Amino acid sequence: MSEAPAVAVEPPTSDADPFATEHLTTPEPLHHALREAGPVVRLSRYDVYALARYRDVHAALVDWQTFQSAAGVGLANFRHSKPWRPPSLLLEADPPHHDAPRRVLREILAPPALRRLRAAWQPIADDLVDTVLATQGTDFDAFEALAKAFPLRVFPDAVGLRPDGRDNLLPYGNMAFNAFGPVNALVQADAARAADLSAWVNAQCARQALTDDGFGARIWAAADRGDLTHEQAPLVVRSLLTAGVDTTVHGLAATLYALAGHPGEWQRLRERPDLARVAFDEAVRWQSPVQTFFRTATTDVAIAGSLIPEGSKILMFLGAANRDPARWNDPDRYDLTRDPSGHVGFGMGIHQCVGQHVARLEAEALLTALARRVERIELAGEPRRHLNNTLRSFAALPVRVRPAS
Amino acid sequence: MVVHNLLPTAPLQQNLSTVTLQVQDKDPVADGVVSLTLAHPDGTRLPDWTPGSHIDLILPSGVTRQYSLCGDRWDPYTYRIAVLREAPGRGGSAYVHDQLMPGNLVEVGGPRNHFPLAPAERYLFIAGGIGITPLLPMMHQADVTGADWQLLYGGRSRVSMAFLEELTASYGDRVHISPQDEVGLLDLEAWLSEPDARTKVYCCGPGPLLAAVEAASSQWPPYSLRTERFTAKALTEPVHRGPFEVELCRSGRTVTITPDVTVLQAVRQAGADVLSSCEHGTCGTCLTPVVEGTPDHRDSVLAEHERAANDCMLPCVSRSRSARLVLDL
Repeated sequence: MSEAPAVAVEPPTSDADPFATEHLTTPEPLHHALREAGPVVRLSRYDVYALARYRDVHAALVDWQTFQSAAGVGLANFRHSKPWRPPSLLLEADPPHHDAPRRVLREILAPPALRRLRAAWQPIADDLVDTVLATQGTDFDAFEALAKAFPLRVFPDAVGLRPDGRDNLLPYGNMAFNAFGPVNALVQADAARAADLSAWVNAQCARQALTDDGFGARIWAAADRGDLTHEQAPLVVRSLLTAGVDTTVHGLAATLYALAGHPGEWQRLRERPDLARVAFDEAVRWQSPVQTFFRTATTDVAIAGSLIPEGSKILMFLGAANRDPARWNDPDRYDLTRDPSGHVGFGMGIHQCVGQHVARLEAEALLTALARRVERIELAGEPRRHLNNTLRSFAALPVRVRPAS
Repeated sequence: MVVHNLLPTAPLQQNLSTVTLQVQDKDPVADGVVSLTLAHPDGTRLPDWTPGSHIDLILPSGVTRQYSLCGDRWDPYTYRIAVLREAPGRGGSAYVHDQLMPGNLVEVGGPRNHFPLAPAERYLFIAGGIGITPLLPMMHQADVTGADWQLLYGGRSRVSMAFLEELTASYGDRVHISPQDEVGLLDLEAWLSEPDARTKVYCCGPGPLLAAVEAASSQWPPYSLRTERFTAKALTEPVHRGPFEVELCRSGRTVTITPDVTVLQAVRQAGADVLSSCEHGTCGTCLTPVVEGTPDHRDSVLAEHERAANDCMLPCVSRSRSARLVLDL
C-alpha cells in the first residue's frame, strides 16, 4: 500500500452516456476511450466514476470493504432512494448479511451437487439439437432455437418451478437487469409489466410453489436447518430466478455467436469437445454478457492519485476489463488456445457469480451436443442485438449449419 | 482515506493452494497462549474469510495444524490466530511458541469454514479455553447484525484464558467469565435447561465440554447446537469390517481397501492427487466427491445433512458401507 497523495488529482471527465443506444449496441469504442482516458474517469452525466482497466476493476471487485454492494449495484443509491424491490441478499448485500445466503447457495450450486444434473442434461441437449436439425433444417435462429431454448428447458426444472408461467422468466430478468441502469426508455418500456412480473416471480419463491427436489426446495431445507431464516429463503430463490436465466441465455448466445464467426475455433472444438467449457468462458470474456455493475465507495478512495469521494457510485466496466490489452494478448480475438481464467465476466471476489458452475454445465451439454452433430456453423446474417442497460444480449442469431455426415 | 492497492490480489477463499505469509507480530495473550498476526510479505490482500474459518499452518517439519481466525475480517491485510502450547502435543504448538518469530515466513493453507455462523435472533456462545478463538469474530458479527447474545467462557484459571480484557472491554456484561479455580465448571444446566427456538448455541472447546453441552441441550430443537472440535471424536467402529473396493472414476482404476489402510492412503497409492492435512477427520481438506456407493462417515466435520447426501466424504478416516465406492478422482 502506498501513501495517500497530498493533493488528489481530478480524474478526467467524460459526458458519454454508457446506457445510450449507441454504446449498448457497440460498447467497444467507449470501452477503449475509457481505458485510455485514465484509471478513473468521472462520468459527468450521472455524476459517477468509471473504472475500465482490468487491474482497477479486479481490485475494486475483490475489495468489498471499500467498494460496497449494499447501497445497490445499479445507479440508484440505496442510501438515498428506496429500491424498486427488496434488495437481493446476495448481490445487494455485504458481509456479514451476505455470508449465510451465499454459503447456502454455494453449497447447493457447487460442482459435486451438480453431478446428477450433468447426466440428466446431456440427453436433453442431444434431443434438442436433433430436433432443431430435423425440424428447422440448415438455416435457423440459434438464439431462439438453442441459446434460449436449452436453459428454459433445463433450468426451471432444476430450480423446481411448476410448468405455468415460465414465459415470465426472461421478461423478469430483462427488467431486473435494466433496473441497474438509469430510468431511461428501456426501463420505461418494462414499467407496464413490472408489477405483474414481480408478483409472479415472488409467488414462485414460496415453498408450496416449488417441487420438493430442486434447488428451491434445497434452499428451503437450509432454512429448516437454521442455516438461513425462513424470511430469507424466498429471497434467495428469487436470486436464482433473477440471475440464472437471462445471463445464461445470453452467455450461450455469445458462445454460439463467437463460434459461428470463428470457423477455425469451431473446428478446434469439434476435434476437442473437452474445450466446451473454455469456449464458454472465453465467450464470457469476449462478450461479457453482464457488462457493468456499480459499487459505492465506503470511504474516500484514491486510485492512482485520483480521488473518489465517500458515497460515490462507481461503475465498473466488466466488458472493458475483459478486453484490456494490459491484461490480455490480442484481447479482441476469440481464441480457444487462450486461458480465459481470471476474466471478470462472472465478477470476482465474494460476489462472484455463485451460479457459474450451472451455467458452465449448461454450456458444456449444449456445445457437446452441437459439436457432435454439426460439421460447420456460420453466421447467415447479422445478429440482432436486444438492448438492456446491463446485459449484452441478443434478439436473433441467424446461422447456417452443415450437419455432420 | 483508503489508498487503493494496485498490487495483485491473493487467491480467493476455498482455494486449497498455500500461500507464504510473514509473522508480523507475536504476543502472549494468556499463560501458554500466543497470538500471531500474519501478513503477506508483499502487503497484498489476503483471501477473504468468514467467522468460524480456520487456516492451516504448515510447519517446516511438515506438521500441519489448524487454527481459527480470530481477527477482524474488515482488515484484509492480516490474519490473527491464537495458539495454545499443548504439553504432550505432536510438536506443532511447541514450534510456534518456541521458534516461530516475527519476520519469519510460514506456509498457510485455507481459509476454510466448517463452523459457519448461521443467522439467529439470539446466540449463546460457549467457549472452553482456547475454544474462544473462533467465537471472537462471531461475537463481533452478532453485534453488527444486532443479535442478542451472551458468552459463557470457561477456562482453568483467569491467567490461562486468552482475550479476557478485550472481551470485557468491548462487550461488558454480555460476557460471563467462569475460571474453574474460582467458580468450578461452567453451569451449563442454568444456561441450557430451557430450550429456545430463537437461539443458536455455538460451542468450541475440549471434548468433555462439547459432550456436556450436547447432553445439556438434548431437548433443544434440532440444529440449535453448532460445535467445532479441536480434537477428533473417537472413531466409531467401521460398519464394514472386511475389504471393499474404491473406483477412481477419472483414471478408471480400482483399489481394494483392506482394514489396515485408509481410503486416502490407498487412492494416493493408486495415483490420485488428494490434498490432505490433519488426517484425523477434523479439518476437511481432503473432502472428496462420491459418485456412487454409500460412505461410512467417521469424520468430525460434515453436518448431518451433508452426511445424508452421501455425495462427498473425508477419505482420511471415512470408509464404506457399500461393497464399492466410486470417487471423483
